[in-house]
Amino acid sequence: MIKKFLNGDEAVAEGVRLSRPHVISAYPITPQTIAVERLADFVEDGSLKAEYMHVESEHSAMACAIGVSSVGARAFTATSSQGLLYMAECLPYASGARLPIVMMNANRSIATPWNIYGDQMDSMFLLNSGWIQVYVEDAQEALDMIIQAYKISETREVMIPMMVNLDGFVITHTYELVEIPDQESVDEFLPQINMPDNKMDVDHPRSLCITAGNNFNMEFKVKQELDMQNSIAVIEKTDEEFGNMFGRYYGGMVQEYGCEDADVILVTTGSITGTARVVVDELRKTGKKAGLLKLRYLRPFPKNQIMTAIKNSEIVGVLDKNISFGYEGTIFTNVNSAISQSDKNIKTMNFIAGIGGRDVTKKNIHEIFETLYDSIGDENPERIKYVNMRCGHE
Amino acid sequence: MNKPILKPWSEPENIESYPVGSTCDSDHITSTNSSWRVFRPVIDSEKCIKCMRCFLLCPDGVIDKSEDELKIDYDFCKGCGICAHECKIGAITMQKESDFND
Repeated sequence: MIKKFLNGDEAVAEGVRLSRPHVISAYPITPQTIAVERLADFVEDGSLKAEYMHVESEHSAMACAIGVSSVGARAFTATSSQGLLYMAECLPYASGARLPIVMMNANRSIATPWNIYGDQMDSMFLLNSGWIQVYVEDAQEALDMIIQAYKISETREVMIPMMVNLDGFVITHTYELVEIPDQESVDEFLPQINMPDNKMDVDHPRSLCITAGNNFNMEFKVKQELDMQNSIAVIEKTDEEFGNMFGRYYGGMVQEYGCEDADVILVTTGSITGTARVVVDELRKTGKKAGLLKLRYLRPFPKNQIMTAIKNSEIVGVLDKNISFGYEGTIFTNVNSAISQSDKNIKTMNFIAGIGGRDVTKKNIHEIFETLYDSIGDENPERIKYVNMRCGHE
Repeated sequence: MNKPILKPWSEPENIESYPVGSTCDSDHITSTNSSWRVFRPVIDSEKCIKCMRCFLLCPDGVIDKSEDELKIDYDFCKGCGICAHECKIGAITMQKESDFND
């Protein structure tokens, strides 16, 4: 094991090299570009023996990955923002056909207004695409989750493609010291891909991507849903195995920080978690029982893990770097749904922040916690707050 | 020729028995469908080098390789012409159905 000073994109490339994909199909887009540039370097210098396909669009990048995976080979691609939306048509093909493709997505704002910076509007569009979605906090977790993603996706009872989300710029372009596992250990952790049930195979002819009309279609979709739900167990087991082997366990579906005795908990996703953890530490020093719940996976949704973490709290704030126009933050809707299925009646507030790459500072998160504490006794707190706005609204 | 056996598809009894992904074993043809055809592909066995490209690309899997020469199962070929189009050496030609008596 060695350490390298890498940004998130480069860490993803290292994770991909260690995972030995057979084919990489890629189309560059900010802030994903460095990842696919590094992979091109690795293929060129021979340190990654893979086919590198230059494609004419993100739609083609995913179509290519689907072809690669259909013959039982390991595929990788990466995209961001408008690119993800452009390939959207292909995503349910990959998940419906149960192809264990791994894709990096650099979370970035979507047009218009045009913007290249990070928020999570892009991947939220694709929550319903049938892909597993994981959100990482830093470059190390990005590298580790690429390796874990192949292991999870290729597990026979899972066979679901996986999107590894990195906050644009905050993770993709920020440098940190990253541990690079050695190839031997990764090979032991991640065996060769094996797809006995659904690959193109001349010795066992199958029809792929079949039609199923109104008489049979629903059963296929329900099977997909049940297997997605069941993947939670595989995700948790894989994270534990990874922790045992490489010394980094991330908590499975969620990561709790000071939740056991917390009266106020903030729910975060991705890079903002690091800042929030510092704020929680500061609040704890002043005697406040603040907690932090990092949602690592949004699909499958960690309903039970969330309830275990927040069950004793008085109020929960949900930080959303997205807006589902016409309602509220998407994660907020999902967390409230989890609470409504429990016997707890926990107050919740939505903090919409970081849209278009707007900074979310320590000061902002302190203010969020202050608002939450002030609202504990409030009968009807304002449900949705926009954080760090330049001006108010009437 | 290794012809498909016509048989009704037996419906899975539970969700677990459904295939993984939108796949199915290519072995439950329920009826012949050759009447769709306007042109029929004809393999010139003298030219054919058995590269298996037509075998792999035929969308209906009607190219038979069980004998010395590749043969087309005309009970199921729909006459799409992909095999003739994809054959790199021109060993497959599309000929008018009306020119045949069978």
